[in-house]
Amino acid sequence: MNAKTQNDEVLIELSGVSKSFATPGKARMAVLNEVNLQLRQGEIVAMVGRSGCGKSTLLRIICGLIPATHGRVLYRGKSVKKPVPGISMVFQSFALFPWLTVLGNVELGLEAQGLPPAECRQRALTVIDMIGLDGFESAYPKELSGGMRQRVGFARALVVNPDVLLMDEAFSALDVPTAETLRGDFLDLWIERLIPTRAVLLVTHNIEEALLLADRVIVLDSNPGRIKADVPVAMKHPRDRESLMFRRLVERIYIVMTTSVMGGEGGTYLSVRPGIGHRLPDVAVAQIAGVLDQINQPANARRASLPLLAETMQLEVDDLFPILEALELLDFAHVTGQEVQLTRHGQAFAEADILARKVIFGEHLLKRVPLASHIRRVLDERPGSRAPRSRFLRELEDTLSEDEAERVLTVMIDWGRYAELFAYDHGSGVLSTENPGEAGVAGGGELSG
Amino acid sequence: MRITATLQTTRRLFPLPNRWDIAILPAVIGLLFLLGWGLHGMKVPYSPGEVLTVSLDRANLPGYALRTSLRMGAALLLSLIFSLVYATLAARHQKAGRIMLPVLDVLQSVPILGFLSITVMGFIQLFPGSLLGPEMAAIFAIFTSQAWNMTFSLYHSLRMVPRELYQVADVFQLSGWQRYWKVEVPFALPNLIWNTMMSVSGGWFFVVASEAISVSGQSILLPGIGSYIAVAIAQQNLAAVGYAIVAMLVVVLLVDQLLFRPLVAWAERFKYEQSVGGDVPTSWVLSLLRRTRLLPRLLALPTRLWGWSVRIFRRVPARPLLHLRRKITRREARLLDRLWSALLISAAAFSIVFLARFVQSEAGYAEIGHVFLLGLATGARVLVLLVLASIIWVPLGVWIGLRPRVAQHVQPVALFLSGFPANLLFPLVVSWIVLGRHNPEIWLSPLMILGTQWYILFNVIAGAAAIPADLREAAANLGLKGWVLWRRLILPAIFPAYLTGGITASGGAWNASVVAEVASWGSTTLTASGLGAYIAQQTTDGDYPRVALGIAVMSLYVVALNRLLWARLYRFAEKKLNLGQS
Repeated sequence: MNAKTQNDEVLIELSGVSKSFATPGKARMAVLNEVNLQLRQGEIVAMVGRSGCGKSTLLRIICGLIPATHGRVLYRGKSVKKPVPGISMVFQSFALFPWLTVLGNVELGLEAQGLPPAECRQRALTVIDMIGLDGFESAYPKELSGGMRQRVGFARALVVNPDVLLMDEAFSALDVPTAETLRGDFLDLWIERLIPTRAVLLVTHNIEEALLLADRVIVLDSNPGRIKADVPVAMKHPRDRESLMFRRLVERIYIVMTTSVMGGEGGTYLSVRPGIGHRLPDVAVAQIAGVLDQINQPANARRASLPLLAETMQLEVDDLFPILEALELLDFAHVTGQEVQLTRHGQAFAEADILARKVIFGEHLLKRVPLASHIRRVLDERPGSRAPRSRFLRELEDTLSEDEAERVLTVMIDWGRYAELFAYDHGSGVLSTENPGEAGVAGGGELSG
Repeated sequence: MRITATLQTTRRLFPLPNRWDIAILPAVIGLLFLLGWGLHGMKVPYSPGEVLTVSLDRANLPGYALRTSLRMGAALLLSLIFSLVYATLAARHQKAGRIMLPVLDVLQSVPILGFLSITVMGFIQLFPGSLLGPEMAAIFAIFTSQAWNMTFSLYHSLRMVPRELYQVADVFQLSGWQRYWKVEVPFALPNLIWNTMMSVSGGWFFVVASEAISVSGQSILLPGIGSYIAVAIAQQNLAAVGYAIVAMLVVVLLVDQLLFRPLVAWAERFKYEQSVGGDVPTSWVLSLLRRTRLLPRLLALPTRLWGWSVRIFRRVPARPLLHLRRKITRREARLLDRLWSALLISAAAFSIVFLARFVQSEAGYAEIGHVFLLGLATGARVLVLLVLASIIWVPLGVWIGLRPRVAQHVQPVALFLSGFPANLLFPLVVSWIVLGRHNPEIWLSPLMILGTQWYILFNVIAGAAAIPADLREAAANLGLKGWVLWRRLILPAIFPAYLTGGITASGGAWNASVVAEVASWGSTTLTASGLGAYIAQQTTDGDYPRVALGIAVMSLYVVALNRLLWARLYRFAEKKLNLGQS
């Protein structure tokens, strides 16, 4: 009996869900690996992880927008293969139809179910009222502010009386106070049971947001995404983000995330040396330099705590962790627990002038990033020291998807150009070593191309 | 109490007309009446050889103007249906698109009056003994001037529907039918309406040209402004030419105010953007319609129909999206491209052989060579005129574009001028050439670009107006002046917009050459040697192999010019001069 009620409570069940995308080569690029998750009645679950951990993909698999490569998604015991009534979603970019009024947007899902127009209208008006959009029924989305638009997004998702509500970074496109208000309003509806929704799964890259809303926080590892930790949040609403317990949880999640990023518990460098197809983090050199400068303060003993660093530099998890990964990759810093510590190379870089920085950066690229040394070697072997970009792109496509290969090569070219390892002409798409810095003038003059 | 209640319910069912209704209703009823009358005139008996009289009486002009507009309306409707069907198929089925788009590309480069020359006899035989045959031929010619362009626009819009809108549609389980009408068509609408407006602008030229045609030695006059002016030319009646011009001005103005302004203003809400733009188009007609009480009631009918259609077509499954299916990878795409090119080349080779046989039944190699030379002459004219028009309009357009207050007034005028059929102005120039005994080889040429030069002007104005203010301030701050300012800021900034104008102007000029290189005034006929004159001459003589030869050669020139010149410039502009993004 007891076991049965517990079974009944599970609304969504994921077992062994994996997702991989085909690459132009023979290999497949894994995005999600063996994800097991249960979403029970009455809980809000938050998923955090840095970009590339497949959290948005996971959300789309759950609501049936894209199929999983392996594994099963069950909703109330039934397999989800396409969108089903009962699961609805709030989008990061609102995704409102600009040619429909607020009322039209909210009625959309009801109309699709073939309900009579009078009932559609009645239910839509009720939800509009509840969500605080009263008086805006005939407005077009363009006339609304961001916060009001996302309210329409919520109304549209709630009007179909969903069992399960999915939120894809629903608050991240809003400014801080607006997001705060909307979160609060939603929590009120949830706590007072004014909406029929039984469970909420939200994806976010804001750790505080996760801790403000959720009963459980799930930390996803990246490349490929898999569940790293499941942190219960036993705090009553409304939660105080200054409280000791809250701060402890923030730190704990940071620690979980860093160990997941760096691969080893001790914070040592990646146990497996990266190959040519290593998925370089999407980071600009200026961001690396900025964070290094921030950490390199003698008063701090050249170390910084991650929550503090994120706060002072106004970086969200999505921005911070790729930078940390780049620092580790280039041997400029080590991350241990919730702290980052500069290496002597990192310190040398931070203290060097502009030209010396380029030299240090270049040396570390060649030493630590196989793709960089590979490109350099190919260029050196070639007569004329030139090679088309597409040559390297094709190589990357053996192990990465088209988009990912494109992204990785773009990052590599950006870093390589900064370090003057090679030059690149955008017009012709040719990489070369001939006189880096001047080749741009010689090859990319006004009249050619 | 009860009486008032009943009164109120009645009132809700049958709202009393307000003062706006009183203004609008007679207009609507009048419009319906005119439509019926005009359509009736289309199917009067007619047999080939019969000469329809077109009188120069001024009182007939409104009637003629109506007939001309109806032809335009019919063609527009056909174009709209065609593009909805064709573009949707091409966008939905990737494999079909691989064939359908190049076909469209080829059709686009065939001179429009060439379609008329080839199809008119066929249509006459299709509707024997009725004027409907020549009417259909004219409508088909106008259709060919509009449909390709609109279809391309719709296709590109349909391919650009944001993925998130599709995801919303899927999450809320919209049927395929709902998705098409609630997501895809609305998204494409602003572009489609804008393109339709441009197509109609270009279309007037061809309505006028296709009303009075001589084919196989017979001249056919369809009642309309084009025929009116043809008769005026034959009778050397300058005053009548003037009346026709005024009548056409009124028609273009009315269509703009009554149809396109309201449509553009209404379509504003379909633009997929996050905020209301600064300069929202308005229309007094639309405001008036929105204030009436009865018209919204009439709109309840389509709403009801929509509701029914949703329930009827609920079972239409939403096709899986392209990006959800297995993506065609770049390598496979390369292979497919090669296969496709091979197929295309063999099809082209086959049709060249076929066409060559047809042409060779009449014309020898020497003549073919001669026709290519004629094409070169016309091409040279087009290029020289483009350069001349650019020299005049680029500086002027930049001057206007950099002054928002001036641009605000000039831009609509330029748009209007581009819509005015320039062939109505031909008689004025031709009579001047005849009377002054000027050299037709030189002076007939400007007629080709008379109507299309405005595209250069208003695109340059738009381009110059769009130069970001901070770039202009930076240039001023650095003290850029004169040639350096032009070379470093203005020319690169307006170049993409100028290209758009230039391509349109060039295409229009090739098309116009068919009517511009041969012109007559009374009994005098002036000819400038060129490919356009050749096609016109062979059409009059009914020599189909030679007409086909002329059209094929012209298409070849247009395609070659597009590929070798315009496409390259476009790529250059896209790569190097893309302001605002990398």
